[in-house]
Amino acid sequence: MTRAILYFLLLPAMLLGCSKHNPERDQGIYMLLDASGTYAKELGESVKIINHILARMQPGDTFAVARVNTGSFTEKNIIYKKTFDMRPSKANEQRRIFKHKIDEFARNVQGSAYTDITGGVLQAIEYLNEAGPGKKTILIFSDMKEELHKGYNRDIVLNLKGFSVIPVNVTKLRTDNINPQEYLDRLAQWQHKVESSGGKWRVINDLERLDPIFEK
Amino acid sequence: MSLAEVNPYVAYLLWFVLVVVVFYFARSHAHAMILSISRTLHNALRLSARAMLRGEKWLSERNREVLLAQGREATERIIEREFDRIDASVRRDMSEYPALHRNLSEKIAQIDDDYKQSTDVPPEPPAWYKAVEAVANLPGKDPMVSNILEDIHTSMVKANTNAIEEYRKASHQRHEHLKKMMPHWRKVKQVLEVVDKNVNSLLSRSQTIDRYMDTYENIVRKTSRAERMLSSSSLTQFFISLFVLSIAVGGALINFELIALPMSEMVQQKTEILGVQTYQIAALVVILLEIAVGIFLMELLRVTRLFPVIGALNDKMRVRLTWAAFGFLVILASVEAGLAWMRDWLIIDTKSVESSMESIATHQTWITTTTQMGLGFILPFILTLVAIPLESFIHSLRTVLGVIGVAALWSFAWLLRVLGTVAQFSGKTLVLVYDLIIFLPLWIEKLFRNREQEVSSDTASNY
Repeated sequence: MTRAILYFLLLPAMLLGCSKHNPERDQGIYMLLDASGTYAKELGESVKIINHILARMQPGDTFAVARVNTGSFTEKNIIYKKTFDMRPSKANEQRRIFKHKIDEFARNVQGSAYTDITGGVLQAIEYLNEAGPGKKTILIFSDMKEELHKGYNRDIVLNLKGFSVIPVNVTKLRTDNINPQEYLDRLAQWQHKVESSGGKWRVINDLERLDPIFEK
Repeated sequence: MSLAEVNPYVAYLLWFVLVVVVFYFARSHAHAMILSISRTLHNALRLSARAMLRGEKWLSERNREVLLAQGREATERIIEREFDRIDASVRRDMSEYPALHRNLSEKIAQIDDDYKQSTDVPPEPPAWYKAVEAVANLPGKDPMVSNILEDIHTSMVKANTNAIEEYRKASHQRHEHLKKMMPHWRKVKQVLEVVDKNVNSLLSRSQTIDRYMDTYENIVRKTSRAERMLSSSSLTQFFISLFVLSIAVGGALINFELIALPMSEMVQQKTEILGVQTYQIAALVVILLEIAVGIFLMELLRVTRLFPVIGALNDKMRVRLTWAAFGFLVILASVEAGLAWMRDWLIIDTKSVESSMESIATHQTWITTTTQMGLGFILPFILTLVAIPLESFIHSLRTVLGVIGVAALWSFAWLLRVLGTVAQFSGKTLVLVYDLIIFLPLWIEKLFRNREQEVSSDTASNY
């Protein structure tokens, strides 16, 4: 009898003990910021997007912002990363700090000579796979023109299965205006690269339409 | 190349002829089999239908018993309560009765006393007027007698004036006594009015008890009128309690919304138990706990009678447990008010973070916080009252389920009977269809038989 009462009293605790974190409910966003010379002036827009994303991040979600420069396949390029706490109050605090770090970066950003987007994507895949959220999104804030330094090999197979790759604010270069086919070819080439690696591809140029990023 | 490929019609015809021949030779066996199957099906279905009807009858009887037992119990409870009220009323009024009686007797004695004192006593005529009359009748007119009479006259006038004066005084005193009787009369009237009111109240209650006793007697005698009345009452109770419970569910949902978000501060978000988020389960458990405590409280207050164990507790223990349950309820309500405050704070905090990121102005007033906290505190107490409709719902649910069960059994029995009849006639129809397929050999057989009969009859007539 005493044991039965004990079990009954311990039942809620046992149930809570059985509770498991479901990563399928989590969202992971890795944002690559192109800091190359041709695109560095667009970084003001990127801060707006980061704020927009931060405002929609939920407890348990993961968000990382990394710079794209000459060699992007490195942790050093990550400006700030955070898996938000499960408690809403703590998550709010972390979001405030995140914003502060990004503002700080935006003030002191320095342009780079080359644009290693593939290296950044590789780093994003590595980071998000490690964090293990249910939905993985790589946002690329760039003109999508990759320029590699001599000696850098980026001709490698990407494993983008379960990832959504979304370039945002893909600006047209001066040469694109002369020959739009260049712009279209560039995007088509990236789309092929992403889709052949098992990822989903979607371009968002209108910053007012960022909500598909958060669709579950 | 087969025949079917060369000429399918000829092949079909050959098949048909073959089937007809086979059918013809197997006719008696096939008929027997068809009829046997149909009979078996018919009997099985009829038996099942009969079993269903027996079940329906049993369930109907059982429902009746339960309905009458519930009705008897409810009426006993009402009558008991009425008797308790009468008992309380009689105790209260009768305990005052000796004082009332003494009060009434004293007042009546005082009135009697005053009445005696107020009795009008006529002034007595002077006793000596006959002597004066005798002196006045003396023969001759003696001046001395005249003087005496004159003096007597003066004395008499004086005495008369004094007597009138005395009489007036006495009358005045008697009027004063009568005047003093008025408040006593009024008091007596008031006392009698109270007695009248009490007696009328008792009479009214006794009439109510008579009415309930009639119902009770009907229930005990198991009359159909009582059954109809209880059934109708039970259905009404079911729908009313269902309606009230639906409202309570709405209240519980609002309550849930109030405490679910702050619960995520204590129980982590995005953790799950059986696919449901843990903080939602935690919020639900808190609400269910409140409802459970409320049900116990109502039970301890003897408003409901769901748990016989609680009903059988002694009064001292019951009162202690009542206070304990009330205490738990207050604690839970306070916790909820705190959670409601935390919810508001979290919303404000989140909004402020989002607004700082997207430059959106946010407005939050103390009214929202106070309202949420007030709701958080009051809702648990309101949910306590769920116990009353819940009791009605549980009691009436038994009747409603019984009625549904009876209807379902009856419908099923009817369906089985229909199917049984269909099976029976299907057998006969199939036999006819069978004969229709082989009508040609049957017709030929009939021709042969007729010819044989003609031949045999001719032969018989020749002999």
